[in-house]
This record gives sequence, structure tokens and C-alpha cells, in this order.
Amino acid sequence: MAERVILDGEGTQRTLRRMASQIVESMDDGRLALVGVRRGGVPLAEKMADLIAETTGTRPDVGAIDITLYRDDLYTGLEKPSFGATQLPFALDGASIVLVDDVLFTGRTVLAALGVLRDYGRPRWVKLAVLVDRGWRELPVQADFVGKTAATDRQDRVLVEPDASDGRGRVTVVAGG
Amino acid sequence: MSGRPTILSGGRVIDPDAGFDGIADVVIDRQGRIKEVGPNLAAQADGKWTVIDCTGKWVLPGLVDIHVHFREPGHEYKETIETGSRSAVAGGFTTVACMANTNPVNDTGAVTRFMVDRSMQAGLCRVLPIAALSKGLQGEKLAEISDMIDEGAVAISDDGMPVMDAHLMRRGLEYSKIFGVPVSVHEEDSCLSHNGCMNEGPTATRLGLPGIPNAAEDVMVARDIELAALTGGHVHIAHISTAGAVRMVREGQARGVKVTAEATPHHFVLTDEAVGDYDTDAKMAPPLRSAEDRDAVKQGLIDGTICAIATDHAPHPAQDKDVEFELAANGIVGLETAWGLTMAEVEAGSWSLMDAVRLLTSGPSECFGLETGTLRAGRMADITVIDPGGRTNVVRERLWSKSGNTPFAGWDLPTRVDRTIFAGRTVYVWDGERGRVGTDAARRRR
Amino acid sequence: MSAATDEHFRRKDLLGLRFLSAGEITHILDVAEQFRELNLRTIKKVPTLRGKSVVHLFLEPSTRTRTSFDIAAKRMSADTFSISGSASSTTKGETLLDTAKNLAAMHPDIIVVRHKRAGGALMLANELPDTCILNAGDGRCEHPTQGLLDMLTIRRSLGGFTGRVVTIIGDITHSRVARSNIWGLLKVGATVRVCGPPTLIPMGLEEAGVEVHHQLEDAVRGADVLMALRIQQERIPRGGHFFPTLREYSRLYGLNRDKLRRWARKDVVIMHPGPVNRGVELEPEVIDGDWSVILDQVENGVAVRMACMYLVLGGERAARQEGRG
Repeated sequence: MAERVILDGEGTQRTLRRMASQIVESMDDGRLALVGVRRGGVPLAEKMADLIAETTGTRPDVGAIDITLYRDDLYTGLEKPSFGATQLPFALDGASIVLVDDVLFTGRTVLAALGVLRDYGRPRWVKLAVLVDRGWRELPVQADFVGKTAATDRQDRVLVEPDASDGRGRVTVVAGG
Repeated sequence: MSGRPTILSGGRVIDPDAGFDGIADVVIDRQGRIKEVGPNLAAQADGKWTVIDCTGKWVLPGLVDIHVHFREPGHEYKETIETGSRSAVAGGFTTVACMANTNPVNDTGAVTRFMVDRSMQAGLCRVLPIAALSKGLQGEKLAEISDMIDEGAVAISDDGMPVMDAHLMRRGLEYSKIFGVPVSVHEEDSCLSHNGCMNEGPTATRLGLPGIPNAAEDVMVARDIELAALTGGHVHIAHISTAGAVRMVREGQARGVKVTAEATPHHFVLTDEAVGDYDTDAKMAPPLRSAEDRDAVKQGLIDGTICAIATDHAPHPAQDKDVEFELAANGIVGLETAWGLTMAEVEAGSWSLMDAVRLLTSGPSECFGLETGTLRAGRMADITVIDPGGRTNVVRERLWSKSGNTPFAGWDLPTRVDRTIFAGRTVYVWDGERGRVGTDAARRRR
Repeated sequence: MSAATDEHFRRKDLLGLRFLSAGEITHILDVAEQFRELNLRTIKKVPTLRGKSVVHLFLEPSTRTRTSFDIAAKRMSADTFSISGSASSTTKGETLLDTAKNLAAMHPDIIVVRHKRAGGALMLANELPDTCILNAGDGRCEHPTQGLLDMLTIRRSLGGFTGRVVTIIGDITHSRVARSNIWGLLKVGATVRVCGPPTLIPMGLEEAGVEVHHQLEDAVRGADVLMALRIQQERIPRGGHFFPTLREYSRLYGLNRDKLRRWARKDVVIMHPGPVNRGVELEPEVIDGDWSVILDQVENGVAVRMACMYLVLGGERAARQEGRG
């Protein structure tokens, strides 16, 4: 099984730092909130919120959404069902939301995430930040903040290691087929 | 009616009535009666004779079924006397006794005569009517049994319905002695069977279906054996299904009571587990019971307690069966599977071939005092020829009966009915595909 | 949880708990647990079943179960349609099979069916291979979603099933709720007791591994859960002779505060599928007391039904191999 590492631990940290500063640069005077898409986007959203706090002195609101029930393909093949947990502990209406996810692939997760947000309120705007864009879009979705672009085959898998305690996470592409 | 003399040559003749099992020829005279059975009779045949070569085949007395339901008059959409007769001869039966639960009920000489006439029009086998015990099968008043016997009824029965009134049963048994015929009884205490639709037991509990306990049959068998003892009448237990009933019949016979019994093939082959996922082709009354009951029925057939195998052939088409289990009609067809199922038990070692033939020929005939089920000289030549090397594949769509309600669809049974001869004429012959049923003109009754 | 076994519920129909494995049951309970949260949100709606049609075919009257299924379906954005007993054509002589074929021609995704006769749901499932059938009760045979919601309630109250004793009290013979609970609880390793007059206990339970009691005290002592069943006047045939009067039944088998104090565990849990015949199976102080989780059952009912609809429609679609995103 062929594997290639596209971001090692150091690389991930540098990338997240860069994305955090890009988000800060792009902010107007609105109320920023980072919303991680479960599961991979959540630790990234937390991490970037910390990085933003380091830079600006204010930590933005952080929320998490679960999109399982909003998917367009009635996916029920859950190993360990855990989907109800959407937590948005701030006012959605009028907020400037940055959706955070680890991998952008077909775009359907983002579509579902926008559906969740719509059911909870009306943000001022929604932008998208992803650590890895692996291509193969099936919908007209683009990320506003991209950590790294990676060329992959359709059947490859992109594995993002969860953050270790020292804040490092590797990103690996595993050949499929 | 005069036909050609016929000889069935070279077959293995099995005649339980004569205790004979050996290679022999059977000569049938021009009136359709048996002239002689013995070895080397072929010499007397000349060009004018019909010669049927039975080498490698078995030659039996025509099979006799003392319990069928042909739904005419009244329910012709299920079966008619003609279609039932076709089914009978395809199954090797030349004589059947037909129950009275038609519409109108066979409780008058007129209906009995109608049934006999229809049977003669079909001209395929002997259909002997059974007279109702009570008017309309209501279980209240005796029907005019004498008229029906005159018109050809051979037994008395309210089958379909139990006779709940013990006093009526007592008087019925006494009255039957005038005519010397048995009273065949459907043993089911309807208060105990209540709204039950299958055997009461773990399977019924699991399927959520109301059950009929063994006791519903047993208490009636106990009652009617005592009534037979009291009256000296002959009580015949139809479609016996429980171990308790078999035991009581055995004990009654030992006491000298005139009690006999018949069993259906489904009661010695299947158990209530055949209901499976609410298969209405496994729904009948009495219901399929436990393995213990099935084994007791087999034992009763082996030791002679039960003298006959009788199918309780009960045709119901899809509209009566393709409904919720609790609402489905009771009963299955049986004429075309009885011989094969009985032979399967011979192969399994349950009983001998001679026993198998006896239970379907001389056994039922003696029970009902009929002159059938034998190859005795002078009797009508009712003969069934079996191909022991063939197999019977039960295909629902190929059954000759008008209805296909059988739980044995798809079963492969040993041997095959090769030819059925009724009163000297071939009325059924296997042609390699499905068989052909003859439609000749009317026959004599006996 | 589901990590203990590999088995997931992937069937297209839910006809009865007697067909399911312990793994499948656990999977449904785990998914239902997740759906509980949905019912506590402010916006109790997700688009999961958008565009799907759910037909409620209730050939036997029901308000609670039908409403519960309806709420479950609508909260997942399905379109629902109700056909009830008196309005259905079966009273006009149309057979169940014909009703099924007519419905099938309208291409529903799910049919929730309640039928007076055992085997009704199975008949529909066999006849309609492209429609998901959820059994909402077939005669006295099974009521699987009720069994599941009872089991979810028990699991939440006790933490698990192994080593726990569940006593079902009442008319077991005519009860589909009892049967579903019995088969389900036995599968997951609980100890099951039944208690009632001998006239209302069907054959075959002991062989299946159930303890049968006729004395209430024996059945109550040591039990973690007491589940009382409704005496269903409408299901008991005329002339049944099962017990002389409701009064005597209640004396022998009804639960009241006094009996609980004397015989039951302090932390015993009281359940009832509803509606309760107050004063017959349960005295008012028991229904409204701290032991009772009857209202939790109702709450869990919607979650369980949502889980069942979700799972039968999802089957094993699209599934695991699909990448994220």
C-alpha cells in the first residue's frame, strides 16, 4: 500500500499558522466564529482559534456541527453512531462564520454543513477553510482558505492524524484500489 | 357395457387382502371384472385381448380414499366431482368416499343421487357419498339417513363440523346400526379449539397465533369411544392427529369397542413447524401437531391401531388461502401426493411395502365394509399400476385438482403412478410428461 | 455499545425482534440514543428523509403509536400519509394483498403497518419487495418498535442488560408488546420473568428461557424492572374465562405503593406501554411516582422510530468506502 506524507507535523503547524493569519487579515469588523465540521474539522477549528487568539488577543467563538443527518445520500453505515452533537454556543445570526474542515473532496460535506447552518440561523457571511484540498469536486464549492493542495486519485484516502499533545498532526495520502 | 378382455402380464402383484406378493398376471373379463390372478396366464390371450405389459412394475388393487371433499354441489370453484375424480385417478385412486359438507349439504337422498350421477358422468372412478349425520350439519337433528343410504351413501359423517351434542352422537351411533355403516367423526371440541388456528404450542406462541390444544381432540375421542361402547355402534375417528387419541383408540380396541381410525399423510409426515412464516398451505383442521404426536400416529399405522390412510383432500383455491393465516380456509389437497408420501415412509423403513398397500386398499375398504381394495376374482377390476423406478415430482401447477393448496410443492417422492384402471378401463396413464386422464362413458357403480 | 459486535442492522424491513441478532438490536438502540438529542433541540428537524414518503397503514385503531411514528417521520422531513382502519378498503372487502398492491403502485418508501392479524406485516414485506415495511403491531405477534423503545428505556435506566431481571406482568397470551420484549431481552442477555394468571400465559416460554410466575410477590422480588401490561378488553375474545373480574385481577396482579414497598427493590423501575388502566394494572401513585419511567418510554419512542426509519431506508447504501467530504 503506497503512502506519501504531504504534510509532516512541522508542516501542519506552519500551515495552520499561515491560514490563521490569512483569516485575521480578511476580517472586517464583524463577529468572527469558527465552526468545525465533525469530526476532523473540530480540533483544527480549536487550534486555529488558539492561533488567532495569540495574534489578536481575542479568541473567536468556536462551534462544531455534525452533518450526518444532512447528507444527501442517506448514509447509515456507521461504525459507532454518533451524530446529534451540533454545538453552536453563540448567536449565529449576523456572525461571520468560517467553516473549518480537514479535507475538501467532493464538496458534499460542505453542502450539508451549509444546510445545518441554515437551520440554526442566518450568518452575515460564511467562508470555508480547509487544511487539504484534494480535488475531485462534484459541486461548485471552493475553499477561501486552503492549507495545501494535493493531487490524488479518486480512490485514494487522505488521512489526517489527530492532533498530538504537542500540536503536531501528519497528513498522509494512502493509495487506494 | 362390454369391453375387451384384458391381461396385465408380468407385474409384481401385491394384494394384501389375499396376502399375496409375487410375479403374476391379472386377467380382466369383458364386463370389467377380475377373472383370475396367477402366474403364466398369458397363454389364454389371443388377438382380441388387450395386453398390458407390467414387467418391472407393481400391480396393486386400485387405491381407496375414505375421506375426500369434492365441493359439488355449491363450491364448484374449488373442485367439482369431475376435477376431483381426475385428481383421484392421477393419484392412483379408483374409489373415494366423499364428505357431505357441500352446499346444499348432502343430507337428503336427492343430493346423494346428484353426487352419484355426477360421478357416473365423469366415469373416472367410484365416488361414494357419505351421508350427513345431522340436518345441515347443524348438529341438532338427525338427517334422513335411510334415503341417503338407499341412494348409495356408504357411511355417516358431519365431517367439517364436530358433533358437540353428546346425546345426538349417542343416538346417531345407535341409529347407524340399522344400516351397519360407520359414523366417521371429526373430533374437535369447539369450545376448546375456540378461535385457534394452529396447534397450541411454542410455534404458535412465537408466531402470535391462537392455538388449538391436543385436548380439543382428545376429550372428544374419549367421549365417542365411550358412546361406541355404550351403543355398540361403529365409530370411526377421522384424521386422527394426537398421541392421546391414538392411545385411547388402541385401548378401546383392546376392550372390544368398535372403534377404528384413519390418518392423513400430512399428519404422519409434518409437524406444526411446517407453518413456518404463516404458510397457509400448512393450515388444516385438525392442525399439524408436535413431533411426538406425528410419531404416535406413525406408530398407530404400524401396529394396526389405525387401519387406513385417508387424505382428507380439501381443495381451496388461492383466494381462500392467500389471506392472513387466521382467516385462511382449513385444508390441503392430498390425492396426488398420498401414495408418494406413503412410499417415502417405506423407503425410510417406517413400514413395509405390503403395509403401505394395505393401508391404502384393503384397510380402508374393510373399515367401511366396501367391496373394493382387492384383486379377488369376481370383483370390479380396479387396479393401480406403479412404476417403482419412476419418481413423483410435485408441481403445483401440474396438479389435476382444480386447487393447488399443498405444502408438498417441490417435493420429490419415490415411485410413480403409471396407470390407473377403473372397472377394467384405463382412466389414467403416465405419458412421460404429466399423464393423461381418460374420459370414457359411464360405469357401473360397484 | 456497538463496538462489542460487528453486526449492524441492514435489513429493509423491521418485522419483529425474534428475527434480529443481539448485535442488530444494540445497533438500533445506539442509533436511537443519538436521535434522542434531536428531539431536545429548538429546531427539531433535519432533512434526512426529505422527499421520502411514509404511509401509515393502520388497520387497527391507534392514536399514540401512529402519532409517534408520524412525529418521527416529519421531524426527519418525510412526507406522511395516513390510512386508518375504518377508512381503508379492507372493511369494504378488499383483501390485505390487494390493499398492498394498490399502495405499492403509489411507490411509498416506507409503510408503517398495524394489523389485527399475526403475520400481516410479513405478508406486506413479501408482497412489496421494494418498500420498507415497519411493523407497528400485527395481532398478538410482535410490536418491535415498542420492544425497542422499552429496551432503550431499560438500558438508560440501568446502564445495561446483563445480569438484570425484567419482569413482565399481565396478559402475556394476547400481548405483542410482551412477545417483542421477551425475544429482544433474551437476545441481549437479560433475565426475563413473566407473571400473570395461568390462563394468560402461553405455552413454550419456559423452553425459551423465561421464568414463569403466578405469584406476584415471587416475580417482583429482586427484579430491576417491572413492566405492567394493559388488560386489553378488546383483544380478549368473548367467553374467554381468563379471570373473573378486573377487581380480582387487580388484587392479584396490580401494582400499588404498598406491594412495591414490601417486595420490590428500592431502585426498581416501573414501565407500562400505555395507555394505563388506572387502578387495574397500576395504582395512580405508582404511575405518577418516582419509580415510573412511563413518560421516558414515550420520549424514547419517537427516537426509536426515527432510528428505525433511518436505518431501513439507509440499508448499506453508499457507505463506508465513500471518502469524506
